[in-house]
Amino acid sequence: MHSVYSYILVMAVVTYLIRAIPLTLIRTEIKNNYIKSFLYYVPYATLAAMTFPAILHASDNMIASTCGFITAIILAIKNKSLLTVAVCSCVVVFIVELFV
Amino acid sequence: MGNFNDFKKGIKDAIPICLGYIAVSFAFGIQATEAGLSVFQAVLMSLTNLTSAGQFSSLELIVTQAGFAEMALLQFVINLRYMLMSTALSQKIASKLPTFPRLGIAYGVTDEIFGVSALYKGELKPLYSYGLISISAFGWGMGTFLGAVAGHIMPQRLISCLGLAIYGMFLAIILPEAKVKKPVMAVVISAMVMSTIFNYAPVLSSISSGFRIIIVTVIVAAAASFIAPIKETNN
Repeated sequence: MHSVYSYILVMAVVTYLIRAIPLTLIRTEIKNNYIKSFLYYVPYATLAAMTFPAILHASDNMIASTCGFITAIILAIKNKSLLTVAVCSCVVVFIVELFV
Repeated sequence: MGNFNDFKKGIKDAIPICLGYIAVSFAFGIQATEAGLSVFQAVLMSLTNLTSAGQFSSLELIVTQAGFAEMALLQFVINLRYMLMSTALSQKIASKLPTFPRLGIAYGVTDEIFGVSALYKGELKPLYSYGLISISAFGWGMGTFLGAVAGHIMPQRLISCLGLAIYGMFLAIILPEAKVKKPVMAVVISAMVMSTIFNYAPVLSSISSGFRIIIVTVIVAAAASFIAPIKETNN
C-alpha cells in the first residue's frame, strides 16, 4: 500500500523537473530567427488553444459562459486591464445564470 | 532582480489568476477529499504541484494504488507543455541571472502564470515573478483548502462564475496584440479552431488536454514562424 505522501512526492518531483530544466540550462540568447519567431508565437497559440472551446464549459451554463466570452472579447479589444476583463466576465456570467 | 515596484506589479497582475485558481482548485479540493485525501494532503499536493490537470488526474491513480512509474509517466505527459513554456521564459530573463532565482521562477511555470509572464513588456524580473507566483499559489492553496473543508456549503453559483476569470484574463492578454498584428491574430484564430477540432472530433478527442495544447501550439507556432518570421529586432 503506497502512502498518499509518496505519490505527492513523485508528482511534485516530475513536475518540477519539467519546469526547471529548460530555465536553468538554457542560459544564452537564442540567435536563430526561426526559433525566436517560434517562441514569440508560442504563448499566443497556447493561450488561444486553452481558452477556446474550454471557456464555453467554464461555468455551469453554456449560455452564461458564451455571454462571458463575448464580454471578455469586447473589453479585451478595448485594451482594458486583465483584472477588469476577468472580473467583468465573471459578473456577466453571474447575472446571466440568475435568469437561465 | 527588480525592485519593490516590480513585486507589487506582480501581485496586482496575479489577482485575476488568483480568482480563477480559487474556483478551479475549489473543485479539486472537493474531489481530493472524495478520493480519500485529508485536507492537509490535498493542500500539500496543491502547493507542491501547482498544476490543475496533473492533480485532477492523479486522484484516480491514488485511489487505485497505481505504481509510481505510472504516476510519473502520467504527470510527465500531462505537464510536458511546461517544458516549452520554460524554454520560452529562458529567453525572457537576463541571460546572466544566477541559478537560484531561475529555480524560483521555475516553481511557478503554470499555463496562467506563464501567459502573463511571457507577454509582460520587457525583461522578466524575478521579483515580478515572485509577486505573481506567491499570490497565484496562495489562491490555488486557499481554494483547495476551502473545497476540501467546506466544499458542500459554498454557493455553487459563486464558484461557477469564477471559472470565467482565467479565460477572460487570457483574452485580455492576447487580443490587444492580435488586434494590431495580423500574424498574431491568425495564430490566435487557428489555435482556437484547431483546439475545437481536437476537442470534438472522434479519435482526436481522446487525446489528453495537456497533449492537445502541445500539439496545437507546436503546429500553429511552427507554421507562423515559417510564414511570418519576426523582424530581426530586439523585442
